[in-house]
Amino acid sequence: MFPILQLGPLALRTPGLLLLLGLYLGLSLAERRLPRRGAPDANQLYNLFLIAVGVGLVTARLAFIVQNPALFRGSWLNWLALDARLLDPWTGITLGLLAALVYGQRKRLSFWETLDAFTPVAATLAVFLGLAHLASGNAYGLPTSLPWGIELWGAKRHPTQIYEILLALGMLAWLWPRFQQETRPGTLFARFLTAYAAATLFIHAWRADSTLVTGGFRLEQILAWLAMALGFWLWARLEQGEQTQSYG
Amino acid sequence: MMQPAHHRLIPFFTLLLGLIWIIVSRVDTLPPSAKPEAPQKGFPAPDFTLESREGQLIQLSDLRGRPVLLNFWASWCPPCRAEMPAMQSIYEKYGDYFVLLAINVTNQDTPSNVEAFIREYNLTFPILFDWDGAVARRYGLISLPTTYVIDAEGTIREILVGGPLTEASLLARLETLLGDLP
Repeated sequence: MFPILQLGPLALRTPGLLLLLGLYLGLSLAERRLPRRGAPDANQLYNLFLIAVGVGLVTARLAFIVQNPALFRGSWLNWLALDARLLDPWTGITLGLLAALVYGQRKRLSFWETLDAFTPVAATLAVFLGLAHLASGNAYGLPTSLPWGIELWGAKRHPTQIYEILLALGMLAWLWPRFQQETRPGTLFARFLTAYAAATLFIHAWRADSTLVTGGFRLEQILAWLAMALGFWLWARLEQGEQTQSYG
Repeated sequence: MMQPAHHRLIPFFTLLLGLIWIIVSRVDTLPPSAKPEAPQKGFPAPDFTLESREGQLIQLSDLRGRPVLLNFWASWCPPCRAEMPAMQSIYEKYGDYFVLLAINVTNQDTPSNVEAFIREYNLTFPILFDWDGAVARRYGLISLPTTYVIDAEGTIREILVGGPLTEASLLARLETLLGDLP
């Protein structure tokens, strides 16, 4: 595990750096498959991303402040604290996506082509999310006596972070040729959704940090199964040649 | 374009296999061996006994039943300096409801600097001395400051690496531990 990169007085969090690197590589990869009809061009792709993230972060912080005014009575600097805990994530996600939708509508972008344009970003980030988990020691596995177990948090454990990286690399290799091919709008995203959900469902059998619900089932697996069903349904529906749906 | 029949069966069988996999991998509870003491979120906080500035021995496990904020610091560390007023402020306001332990990594500091630091910031919460750095090593400390948020059952709920933490950040964690702040 290598959670912190110490550069002189600066303590940089390796998982965060890995995710930023993944984002950069993913956006560069996404740029290579553009332009396409109905899809955002490279500038629009970056704008869409920045608008969604910017609006998401600002509204998430404002919503948190409105809900917890007592925490911010001290100094105005508290409003700017670099602390993800001081965000209301659902407000941020909802309004960030809404801002992206409004931007897409104004630019007359195709909804499904835009999702396809972001699929290389998501597929690359999936690999780097596994690397970030490996660096931080999060997403750890159940204890095991198998020879490929890794010593972590006081026990020999399933290397679930390595399983995650390998499956994400496999998924990226499977999608890679399709990044350049002409595919029906939305099917690239639907394939990613299906494959990522299947990988999550598979790996969580060995995770020690799953959320258990009634009957001892793992919540993450149930959600992944539903996402996989949605992915298959979208894939089949879009493959059969539904009209490209536009924002407008 | 119609898909061949065997293509239409792939989703059906994959989803069926997924359901079987969910059932096969269900567990009544995660085994206790999954959570030994470890400096990681969700694990019991590693126990220790350290001497306080007043010469009192303080053992972490004796504090079960009350939430604990465990802050590792050193007098030469600028973000540690920057966050100490916020620590003192929340201790003055809510010190009856939680325990704040500030562990000085003394093997990287000097007693005279520590004393000057405590006087400069008028710190009144317990300061513990990790003379040989053994507790810092046990907690896998890589960066200063680092703050561990520990619930009343002794489980680490969050690890805050780096700083300075603002008062709002600290209060948000206390609210998580205590429910609505009194």
